[in-house]
Amino acid sequence: MDARKPTLSLGPVLYLWDGPKWRDFYCRIADEAPVSHVVIGETVCSKRLHFTEPFLVDAIDRLESAGKQVILSTLALVTLERESHYVRALVADSPYVVEANDLSALALLEGRAHAVGPLVNVYNAATARLLARRGATSICLPPELPASSIDAIVSQTPGIAFEVLAFGRMPLAISARCAHARAKGHIKDNCQFVCGEDPDGLPVKTLDRQSFLALNGVQTVSFTCQALLTELHELAFQGVQRFRLSPQDCDMVAVARLYEDVMAGRMDAEDALQRLRQAYPAAPLSNGFHHGREGAAWIARARNIAHGAT
Amino acid sequence: MELICPAGTPAAFREAADAGADAVYCGFRDETNARNFPGLNFSREELGEAIAYARRRDTKTFVALNTFMRAGHEELWYQAAADAVRVGADALILADFGLMAHVAETYPEQRLHVSVQASVSNPDAVNFLVEAFGAKRVVLPRTLTIADIARLARQVRCEIEVFAFGGLCVMAEGRCSLSSYATGKSPNMNGVCSPPSHVRYREDGGDLVSELGAYTINRFPREEAAGYPTLCKGRFDIADARGYAFEDPASLDVMGEIDALREAGVCALKIEGRQRGKAYVGEVVATLRKALDARPEDRPALLARLRLLSEGQRTTCGAYEKRWR
Repeated sequence: MDARKPTLSLGPVLYLWDGPKWRDFYCRIADEAPVSHVVIGETVCSKRLHFTEPFLVDAIDRLESAGKQVILSTLALVTLERESHYVRALVADSPYVVEANDLSALALLEGRAHAVGPLVNVYNAATARLLARRGATSICLPPELPASSIDAIVSQTPGIAFEVLAFGRMPLAISARCAHARAKGHIKDNCQFVCGEDPDGLPVKTLDRQSFLALNGVQTVSFTCQALLTELHELAFQGVQRFRLSPQDCDMVAVARLYEDVMAGRMDAEDALQRLRQAYPAAPLSNGFHHGREGAAWIARARNIAHGAT
Repeated sequence: MELICPAGTPAAFREAADAGADAVYCGFRDETNARNFPGLNFSREELGEAIAYARRRDTKTFVALNTFMRAGHEELWYQAAADAVRVGADALILADFGLMAHVAETYPEQRLHVSVQASVSNPDAVNFLVEAFGAKRVVLPRTLTIADIARLARQVRCEIEVFAFGGLCVMAEGRCSLSSYATGKSPNMNGVCSPPSHVRYREDGGDLVSELGAYTINRFPREEAAGYPTLCKGRFDIADARGYAFEDPASLDVMGEIDALREAGVCALKIEGRQRGKAYVGEVVATLRKALDARPEDRPALLARLRLLSEGQRTTCGAYEKRWR
């Protein structure tokens, strides 16, 4: 059993935030959030790159000065030539660890230490070990994986720091087509960046007015917010080394502190859940995937108590 | 160009082979393939017989093992690969790297195709799988325009197969958890999307409501034909807009672009539809075979009658046409 205590990481901002909001967010994370790793950079749509690029260097400097380990994110869907060029240049030039979110980045990163993001399909230890041989040092597992798979993969893949999505709307799908632009009367090639109007995603409701999904440009995310809090100790016991918090448009410093308090045993997970609902009231919480159920489900439970303070 | 045809049953398999398929693709009756539906697919013995039947007609057989191995249960996929190799599959269609590595190491002579479920959408990704696992062919996701395909084909060292006819995924294949978000069952893990076990229809105020899990996917007034509630083809409310948020219930049909696809470097056209009956398979395969062999000016008349077989009788060129995005 790995004796190292798990830490928190911050995933990339998946939404289109305007430059100053994005910069201010990372300044505050650098100064106040108890996270060890920060994954930063556009992940969803190559058309958005110019919004944050002017602020990227400063944001990274600030995070590094605060002692955060910076990891550069890559695009989740690479189809255009300019997207391939972008990923190649990023991989070639980056002085930071790069996180692969599609197979092109994975290919280009062979032979050097790199991270693998949750959008790469790692469903078993055979795949994880293959990626480890190619240079992966950390893998954030796909949100769809149940606890039984996480346990099997982590226990059979030494030498990799495994990470699990513990907070945030779950990335569920990505398309070449932009449903977000289309919902607002545009197409992708002339989208006018309307996804920027919805910094926490644009809700998709069923015809019976059930909250269901949310659009984030070409990406579809869950309406519910993944919240693994009562599960943290068991996951730590199984050897998971990092818990990823995916930024939503809420007080992420407060969110990170809640997780930190639970991990350190300073706060009961049930109390933390109540506070989490106050910190991010926009979405109901879910943990169904983790428990082998539909991802939108919320499974209340108490059986982690046995592992209480491991 | 080769015509790659679906078979969900031995009867459909023979129909496809008789109708002029260059290759038929199929899977075992379990979660190792992405059409894991009740009543579909092949036992080991049935596959062996089908392969023998195909060989007599000079038709190839591709076996899809294109789900992702469930952690701790990899043996199910390894055994499926062993059996497919043993009964003489001409190619294995794979999506999982772990399984690709296993097949490449254990059966180095076995021809390996990359499933659309692997989501390989650019030259760097294709070349990675060629170098790492000796992949001979890649099935491209339905996210690329014909111009994108042509550019990609010039930069890769393997054959390219694309979907030409049948159901259309609007999301990048192999990277979609929408189905499991609503039902707990996904293409990647269970080989099913929007599974019938979680589908319910109910009457409500004169409408027929289709549901998947706990969610309403569509409502049909009496005068409208009701469709199957595939999640991404449902009608939803987004802000003030109501409609097909992701994709209309249309089928893919790019047979009008045969010459453009050939010029782009495509070597094989794939027909979706392992869940379809043998009558559908026979009709589609025979017609597309004729269309492939016909002069361009004779094709429209041949293809027009296929539209009647399409889902909702409406068709789209999908991502092959730029404005679809």
